[in-house]
Amino acid sequence: MPDLSGYRFTATHEWVETVDGGVRVGITDFAQAQLGDVIFLELPEVGATLKAGGRFGVIESVKAASDLFAPVGGRVAEVNGGLADAPERVNSDPYGEGWMLRLEDVDEAGADLLDEAAYARLTEEAAH
Amino acid sequence: MARRTPLWDRHVALGARMVEFGGYEMPLQYSGIRDEHLAVRGRAGVFDISHMGEVLFAGPGAEASVQRLVANDVSRLVPGGALYGVMCTEAGGIVDDVIVYRGLGGDHFLVVVNAATREKDVAWMGEHLLPGTEMRDVSDLTALIAVQGPGALDIVAPLCEGEVRELRPFRSTGARVAGIDARTSVVSRTGYTGEDGVEIYIDADRAGELWDALLDAGRDHGLVPAGLGARDTLRLEAGLRLYGQDMDEGVDPYSAGLAWTVKLAKGDFCGSDALHRIAEQGPPRTTVGLSLEGRSIARHGHRVRDGDRDAGEVTSGTFSFTLGHGIATALVDPASAGRDRLDVDIRGTMAPATVVPLPFYKRSRS
Repeated sequence: MPDLSGYRFTATHEWVETVDGGVRVGITDFAQAQLGDVIFLELPEVGATLKAGGRFGVIESVKAASDLFAPVGGRVAEVNGGLADAPERVNSDPYGEGWMLRLEDVDEAGADLLDEAAYARLTEEAAH
Repeated sequence: MARRTPLWDRHVALGARMVEFGGYEMPLQYSGIRDEHLAVRGRAGVFDISHMGEVLFAGPGAEASVQRLVANDVSRLVPGGALYGVMCTEAGGIVDDVIVYRGLGGDHFLVVVNAATREKDVAWMGEHLLPGTEMRDVSDLTALIAVQGPGALDIVAPLCEGEVRELRPFRSTGARVAGIDARTSVVSRTGYTGEDGVEIYIDADRAGELWDALLDAGRDHGLVPAGLGARDTLRLEAGLRLYGQDMDEGVDPYSAGLAWTVKLAKGDFCGSDALHRIAEQGPPRTTVGLSLEGRSIARHGHRVRDGDRDAGEVTSGTFSFTLGHGIATALVDPASAGRDRLDVDIRGTMAPATVVPLPFYKRSRS
């Protein structure tokens, strides 16, 4: 397991990590495992403004299309362009190469974030 | 409470993700749908499809009864021969799609039905039996394991006592497999993946031994266990229909693109009056193949657009791992079926699609 102490999580299985110049956003290992092979991502444009809890995109696996929700608000400063050709990185490295967005001007108003231990409890309950 | 196949504990031990399908708890995937899909196209995969239902017809009226139930012509089946067909309502809607075997003795028939429709089918069959026919639902006594892929015969044939390698497509033979003494042990050169391979019918209480022997024999051939996820992407690439998704009682076999399975010339059968009419007037809809650009995935229920007009709906759609783009089948107005291009409304975005003949994928025969 990667070191996730710097990550916070949502009940809808996204993560947020503080990095230089803002935060990075992606989905959790639990989420990618539930989705199965990721085929396609619909992500916002650079410059778009997100609100915490707002829908920011769609992730398609072989099985289903699922909405993605912003763990925090902010302005989209960067989109992981590598996912267009290699969306399977969300499966193979969800906390690293599978990151989706970098946000600046972060706004945590309305955010409902869990720490690693609280998120682990949530997924354990979901597994039963 | 979902039922379990005799191989349930093996799936769980292999780490499969289990889902409910057709009333059974079935493996959706083991290592992943993509891996399993590509293994079947390139090497071989083994599938537990014991959820499928099997109904036996025996007695002097058996052939006439099956001939009445199924729109295809079962009289031309040789012993051990199989055919694909549909059962239709009096209005010409599809009750189920089935595989019919003439038994090796020549006088009985086995009809293989979908798990989700098994109870409905058995009731329907019972209502339309002709005198002198004994019908028996042997689904719970029968397990079914498919081995599919270019390496399938190299794995299965050495385990079989009998001429399995010489079996032609849609033929079956009784053969002891892996030395297992079972009352039923039938190897059939059929499948649902578009690859060469076999399906093996065996007593439910011997299925575990067969599964283990197949995995063991397949180890050096790159055989992997494959789940329903890969089964679905494989069958769609091969242009094969899925009951409940591509067709139901509201769809006739002509609309479903299954005219080749309807033999009106054989005489009266369930639905034949309606099917005669549909054949004369032309079906209300047409099944088309759609090839999408890039990675967009059309899914069951998405609307198909022909210019600014609604043309119909997607019945099945997925990402084709073999072709590297989205594929779908759709039921559309006959007028729109002749277009070169249509659009699919994917969550409000129009995804351009090329109308292509089915199947999307055809294996090269060596």
